[in-house]
Amino acid sequence: MRIAVLAGGRTPERDVSLRSGHRMTLSLGELGHEAWLVDPAEVPLVETLSERRPDLCWLALHGKEGEDGTVQRLLDLLQIPYTGTAAFDCEVAFDKVLAKDALQRAGVPTPPWVVIEGWALRDLGGGAALGKAIERIGLPCVVKPSRSGSALGISFVEREGDLPQAVMAALSFSGAALIEAKVAGREVAAALVGTALEPLPIVEIVPKEGVYDYAARYTAGATEYFCPARLSEGASAAVAAFAAAAAEALHLRDLTRVDLIVDANDRPWVLEVNVSPGMTETSLVPMAAQAQGLSLGDLCDIVLRSAVDRI
Amino acid sequence: MAEFSIDRFVDRYAERTSGMSASEVRALFAVAARPEVVSLAGGMPYVEALPGQEVLEVATQVLRDLGPTALQYGGGQGQLALRDRAVMLMAEEGVDADPDDVVITTGAQQALDLLGKIFIDPGDTIAVEAPAYVGALTAFAAYQPRFLTIELDDEGMIVEQLERAIVRGERPTFVYTVPNFGNPAGVTMSRRRREHLVALCRETGFPIVEDNPYGLLRFEGEPLPCLRSLDPRNVIYLGTVSKTFSPGVRVGWVLADPSVIQRLVLAKEAADLCGSNLTMLLTERWFSNDARWRSALTGLIDTYRWRRDAMLDALEEQFPGTASWTHPSGGFYVWVALPTWSDTTAMLAAAVERRVAYVPGTAFYPDGRGVDRMRLAYCYPTEDRIREGVARLATLLEDDERLYRSLHGS
Repeated sequence: MRIAVLAGGRTPERDVSLRSGHRMTLSLGELGHEAWLVDPAEVPLVETLSERRPDLCWLALHGKEGEDGTVQRLLDLLQIPYTGTAAFDCEVAFDKVLAKDALQRAGVPTPPWVVIEGWALRDLGGGAALGKAIERIGLPCVVKPSRSGSALGISFVEREGDLPQAVMAALSFSGAALIEAKVAGREVAAALVGTALEPLPIVEIVPKEGVYDYAARYTAGATEYFCPARLSEGASAAVAAFAAAAAEALHLRDLTRVDLIVDANDRPWVLEVNVSPGMTETSLVPMAAQAQGLSLGDLCDIVLRSAVDRI
Repeated sequence: MAEFSIDRFVDRYAERTSGMSASEVRALFAVAARPEVVSLAGGMPYVEALPGQEVLEVATQVLRDLGPTALQYGGGQGQLALRDRAVMLMAEEGVDADPDDVVITTGAQQALDLLGKIFIDPGDTIAVEAPAYVGALTAFAAYQPRFLTIELDDEGMIVEQLERAIVRGERPTFVYTVPNFGNPAGVTMSRRRREHLVALCRETGFPIVEDNPYGLLRFEGEPLPCLRSLDPRNVIYLGTVSKTFSPGVRVGWVLADPSVIQRLVLAKEAADLCGSNLTMLLTERWFSNDARWRSALTGLIDTYRWRRDAMLDALEEQFPGTASWTHPSGGFYVWVALPTWSDTTAMLAAAVERRVAYVPGTAFYPDGRGVDRMRLAYCYPTEDRIREGVARLATLLEDDERLYRSLHGS
């Protein structure tokens, strides 16, 4: 097949995306496909794709634009098939406010949360409602931008006085901030691949500094990983079940990663889903595949077949 | 069960690498480098203003006439002819020097690393201005010192603070300062403070490292004496052609006592054997023609002065009354103080989203301060772009102020 690998873009995850993209391009080439990398920040995307007419686009873009349905809608318009989740479902999955709502409606456990919109704060005096947020969510809590990847803009809040600063930080990345209850426990990631979204072994994440933030994700050695995760049989089964339920509720396709936390009672909570999980040498999905005995090429092949099934 | 470490050497790295980690700010700068973003972040000299044809002629001349030398290894101290040029450039600022007391380094940045290597043992105290040049902090940090921070005001380093610290028992291995149009604050140390600092360090026996990349980029006012010219014995002086000619040639130097130079040369040889003969010869030839380099420098100074004016005017017109900033009379940078509740690190994402970038203040403090400060560089963008960038930042600051008021019920 002739495959354009879309990577790079104009988000803070640009470098991570390019690393994912380069690896995917190589792997697809080794599988015998004609694959080339297209960076929408470097070349006019529509023109480039119209000229070279790939059979399929492999989406390795991360963050806004790549994961929020923007590129997917454009490819729909150009009638070029692509890997991963459909445009509307991307839009929902990437927006933590919408995604958590959809999860809750589907009965998938996710930590309690409230949402505060930037414009409501600026124009409606919404700051006065912040006390209510603490009343409902309690402390410690996690403040996140509604639409951002790679843990960018996330703060952990222990004291009520630190909440305004955390909200402002999250709103720097996105129009709305989520204030979410902090569940203490083991952080795990469940990857699902292929047409049937088969689970890969669960990865457990143990950041050395205690917090899996941006630095812990992207500094080699700052985090330890265990795969399969050190969970009881029951907890592992529950993680797999909830990850599958989350993927179903959000209509995810081909390749996805569900991030969860398993509390002291062995109960998993879904934190978020990723429609375009990182595929770099330090990323979780390739690690999970490796634990299953799958090479990066095998993984690519499974994703590709799943996407091609739809053509 | 398998334990995966992304980095199989993780337990083997030296302790000194522990501070070297990925950061959100670096990720945002990857986006800020895009052309649609007005970058007030990087301190890139505007090399486009150099006469390209003349540079080409000099480069051609070097390769034509001196090819085999240019392509060969050289001595660790650097070519004598180039050290002569360094002496000439220092004389421009009243510093008297002997080329034997000069070692050429790969930019003054390498000089910072080599000084760290020969002077700093883990736990040693290094006195630095707060805020200080981030590249010096990171170069020294690899040698695991403790930083003693001395505040700045509009007369530069508050030397009285250093004096009190010494009375308290602080024993700095050296005192590091950028006295002229410093990075990031853009302030210049007053004559009174220069004399005080030199006298204090002479009496107490603590050497001064004077880093002077911007001294020749003065827009107005009379030059002040270099610390080195006030006390040649106790001041180690760093110079560079990065701002007067080109940062791409990577030519800087150290002027110091012969004993210090001897160790620096050995350290330099251990680090990289020698600098690049090619770019050293290019630099030497560039500065061999007095009219040429002076005219190019005048062009650069004019450009930077116009840009400084554009930035200060734009700040005056557009920034909220709650912000204040420095008024540099040379160099590259304006240092902005925002209301104390501001968080310029958190704000950077929103700034990049609005297509403007700056450097958050925390980069310039070794102790996590500077959250409410930002560095704006006017050296590279055109005046129109500077005005546009400041306007974008101003709307962001307004929005942030409304957010803050809402969150704090006022």
